[in-house]
Amino acid sequence: MSAISDPPRGSFSPAMLINDTRYRSYTFQALAAIVLALCLGFFYLNVSTNLAAAGLNISYDFLGSPAGYDINQRLIEYDSQSTNARAAIVGILNTLLVAFLACVTATVFGVLAGVLRLSNNWLVSKLMAFYVEIFRNIPVLIWILIIFTIMIAVLPGPRAFRGDEPEARMFLDLVAFTNRGVYTPGPYFTRGLGAEGNGAINWLIVIGVLVASFFATRMVTSRANATQEATGIRPNTLWTNLAIWFLPVIVLLFVLGLKWDIPELKGFNFAGGIKVGGPLIALWFALSIYTGAFIAENVRAGIQAVSKGQTEAAGALGLRPGRIMSLVVLPQALRVIIPPLISQYLNITKNSSLAIAVGYADITATLGGITLNQTGRAIECVLLLMLFYLTISLLISTFMNIYNNAVKLKER
Amino acid sequence: MKKTVLFGALAVAGLSAAAASAGTLDDVKARGTLNCGVTTGLVGFAAPDANGVWEGFDVGVCRAVAAAVLGDETAVEFIPTTGKTRFTALASGEIDMLARNTTWTFSRDVDLKFEFVGINYYDGQGFLAPKALGVTSAKDLDGATVCVQTGTTTELNLADFFRSNNISYEPVPIETNAEGQQQYLAGACDTYTTDASGLAATRATFENPGDHVLLPEIISKEPLGPLVRHGDNDWADVVRWTLNALITAEELGVTSANIEELAAAPTNNPEINRLLGTAGELGGMLGLEPNWAMMAIKAGGNYGELFEKNIGENTPIGLARGLNAMWTEGGLIYSPPFR
Repeated sequence: MSAISDPPRGSFSPAMLINDTRYRSYTFQALAAIVLALCLGFFYLNVSTNLAAAGLNISYDFLGSPAGYDINQRLIEYDSQSTNARAAIVGILNTLLVAFLACVTATVFGVLAGVLRLSNNWLVSKLMAFYVEIFRNIPVLIWILIIFTIMIAVLPGPRAFRGDEPEARMFLDLVAFTNRGVYTPGPYFTRGLGAEGNGAINWLIVIGVLVASFFATRMVTSRANATQEATGIRPNTLWTNLAIWFLPVIVLLFVLGLKWDIPELKGFNFAGGIKVGGPLIALWFALSIYTGAFIAENVRAGIQAVSKGQTEAAGALGLRPGRIMSLVVLPQALRVIIPPLISQYLNITKNSSLAIAVGYADITATLGGITLNQTGRAIECVLLLMLFYLTISLLISTFMNIYNNAVKLKER
Repeated sequence: MKKTVLFGALAVAGLSAAAASAGTLDDVKARGTLNCGVTTGLVGFAAPDANGVWEGFDVGVCRAVAAAVLGDETAVEFIPTTGKTRFTALASGEIDMLARNTTWTFSRDVDLKFEFVGINYYDGQGFLAPKALGVTSAKDLDGATVCVQTGTTTELNLADFFRSNNISYEPVPIETNAEGQQQYLAGACDTYTTDASGLAATRATFENPGDHVLLPEIISKEPLGPLVRHGDNDWADVVRWTLNALITAEELGVTSANIEELAAAPTNNPEINRLLGTAGELGGMLGLEPNWAMMAIKAGGNYGELFEKNIGENTPIGLARGLNAMWTEGGLIYSPPFR
């Protein structure tokens, strides 16, 4: 059609910017760009004139000055004399921690609920439908508050563990469930490298060994595949792989002198071991169970998108239902599931900023909360926050898109 | 899409125009109501009663200013603010003044560009702990979990106190007083710290106030007072001298009971006459009616009356005057003369 209506080339008149389909889109795009630039310019001018009128300026010097406040959950060294920038990093790590944990558990919840919702068992499928509808239709902030409130009301305070006849006891004498959090035994090294044989480097060594084991098992598996291709007989790799996974790590931990630090009631709180704080648990659980409901729907949609003929064909070949699901249906369903899953992961990361409701020290609570408040540098802090969330979201998108490209239908 | 952006831009422009306009006093008069920032609810200082009417010590200051400027103590829009939102609300012009037990500090005054017009309560930061905990001093709190309101000076004082005494603690940041109360009562924190007056007010709402003690240490100076934006001196004067009028009224024995009588005709005391507008032109100098101070005092009584009615010893909060007694009675409450 365009070939017919296109005027002969050569002469260009300004009217063609509107009338000619070849140039019209450029005209509108240019106009849109100009309007956008004007808007941004207006915002910039507005902010700078208003700040100037109030005698304020934009400055990031506060990042280098002492923060002055303490943070209860810190993955790196931090005290009240550390800088605001360090407080922000503590917050970033806390955000990443809860986002990572919640992404993992939400995926587990979601896949389980999504698969079970399609179960032939009436009770199971209705229970899962109930779960999805309840959790999906109530705001996540409310879930965070409900879970946190129930937790601090139902679980005993550390004081209940005191005395000869305590009201509450530690689970197996190892784990204490209190309304301030869960205290579990924590591993430490006695013969390793670093200060007192317990430096962070030891953990890097352990992780390094685990990564090496991972690649070793990959090699064993690919050799098994090659053997199967060549001879038709697959060698049993189970015991070899288990040995590769466990033996080196166990030997290493023994050499480093692994011991467990068991939490003990000292003074006001339990001391020793690892504390998983109440706010972290509430936030983690609420985010995973809420987002899990959305993922469940994505999974269900993905599974239903796989034609029923596939299931029946697999059944006709004699596969059992579990193997049909894992070998035939899910691999095809993943293509439909992954793209919406990306946005659910982004949602978890962004929703983790609701941490402030339960006093979890994420980036919004440290940089966007206390630092902003104590320094009064609202615009600077909010700009940094936007930058952080944008970067993190784009990174998650990128990685998930790489994964999506790996599982999507290969068209040749 | 582009339309929304444009409307957004217009809205922002409108807001900034409102914030940048010259006189808050004229704005308030034109609007007919005073926008006063208060807490989200701290019994005795600012909290709505059973009928939803705000009352309290800080609310009394708002009502006095409204009465002085508009002649009507009910012409106040109370805007609840949290420790975090209060300064933004004031700086952006959403509220005309902030009366929210806010501590006067150097950086708030100088760096955040606010104007503290005076001090209506001399406070200090304390600790509230259950009696059952068996703690008699804040220095015994090594390893304790401490609930602290976030975005306040208390957060910084707390860090400084524990650091200088070389003891450890675990902060539990909370957003509002109600949240702090809930966590403290559930035992999620061992002790709750904020201004001692706030602790007394919070304890008064407990089921068994007697089971909780205020620890003896007061770890900071917390001069609380109303504040306005920096740079609008006329408005700052109005708020400052309304507060001073309440204080002077107590000093001179002018109460809500006898004010009608004293204001009816000039008395023998020239300062009372100047204060109540029966002599001189102090009101005119502020840009207000001659009887501005009379209206302010009549709204809720003088400083002492406000104190006794809202937070004094006969209320559930039960605060003694202490530092907040008149300077003539050994306290720090002192107003420059009306002359």
